[in-house]
Amino acid sequence: MRNKPLIVAVALVAVLSVLVFSAGWMFGKVRARADNAQAAAAAPAPVDARAVFVPGDGQIDAVRRGVPVDQEGHPPPMARVENTDIKRTRAYPMQPPTIPHTIDGYQVDKNSNRCMLCHARANAATFQAPPVSVTHYMDRDDQFLAAVSPRRYFCNQCHVVQTDAPTLVANGFRDIDSVLSAPPPGGQ
Amino acid sequence: MWRRARAWGMGLWRTLRLPSRHYSLGFLTVAGFIAGIVFWGGFNTALEATNTEAFCTSCHEMRDNVFEELKTTIHYTNRSGVRATCPDCHVPHNWTDKIARKMQASKEVWGKIFGTINTREKFLDERLILATHEWSRLKANDSLECRNCHNYDSMDLTRQGGRAAQVHKLWLGTGRKTCIDCHKGIAHRLPEMTGVPQG
Repeated sequence: MRNKPLIVAVALVAVLSVLVFSAGWMFGKVRARADNAQAAAAAPAPVDARAVFVPGDGQIDAVRRGVPVDQEGHPPPMARVENTDIKRTRAYPMQPPTIPHTIDGYQVDKNSNRCMLCHARANAATFQAPPVSVTHYMDRDDQFLAAVSPRRYFCNQCHVVQTDAPTLVANGFRDIDSVLSAPPPGGQ
Repeated sequence: MWRRARAWGMGLWRTLRLPSRHYSLGFLTVAGFIAGIVFWGGFNTALEATNTEAFCTSCHEMRDNVFEELKTTIHYTNRSGVRATCPDCHVPHNWTDKIARKMQASKEVWGKIFGTINTREKFLDERLILATHEWSRLKANDSLECRNCHNYDSMDLTRQGGRAAQVHKLWLGTGRKTCIDCHKGIAHRLPEMTGVPQG
């Protein structure tokens, strides 16, 4: 064995590197844990002042939701978009119909119009979707165009989804039918 | 010059053809086996290293364009926290298909070196062509990368929205359309789509 010192040296180096590696591993773990603890301690403790939400009749405080001004309230839960596919009553004759489904991630821009994938007249039958009305193909001089008029291209300008969020402001709107059917105030 | 190279090559060839003079057959077998393990392990490790989101987004072309767009979509963030990374959709999972795709991707290395899409404007100009590559790939393999997770037989149509259930049953269930036919642009923004069928 001429190379005995060499073998011993190699073995020593191997053992040392294993030791250094495991030491680094352990110290790194301790450091990471300390960092985590520090971050947790730095965050301010949340003030438990859950919003008191009173839907129903009358106005409610939409800005502070009944939370005292010196306390921070939790935000109300995010409203969910109604996705029932059931057409809603229109409140007045020329109201743009509201969208009865979710439109998350629908791309409507210069390149593509996701709504028209189903609601264009050519595709409506394929997807059993109501086609957009003929007025969407008219320009402002009432001339018909082959494609959707540029001024009617961006669907969300008029058509919006509805969420299950409670109404913040009371609304006394009555549609024309209920106005007509109500008894006249002074009597005839 | 040529003659010297030829002499050197012939010398190497002669050496390779000779039987081993110092090493036993057993040593050569075992050493070859171990070298094979090391090579194969190294090869697959390197392959998997290029198959990660961190690798894809280490280039600004991917990080600033398509990865930013992915971040707003349901394949990046959602209620259950399951997410798809770049290779889940863009690289086949099957080994042979994966190697074939990786060989194709050498073209992308070329593009990186010569800056084919190194500005936003160049990327937008090229976007329709690049997207068409992916659409035709997914169309050709029947949306295999979608179906790695989204299996029609496992879809509970009653838990889908009414429209989704109807359209899936009519078009996907009968095999008349594949996922990518309707679901273009779900993970990235669409290029100019004039003339591209979307439904």
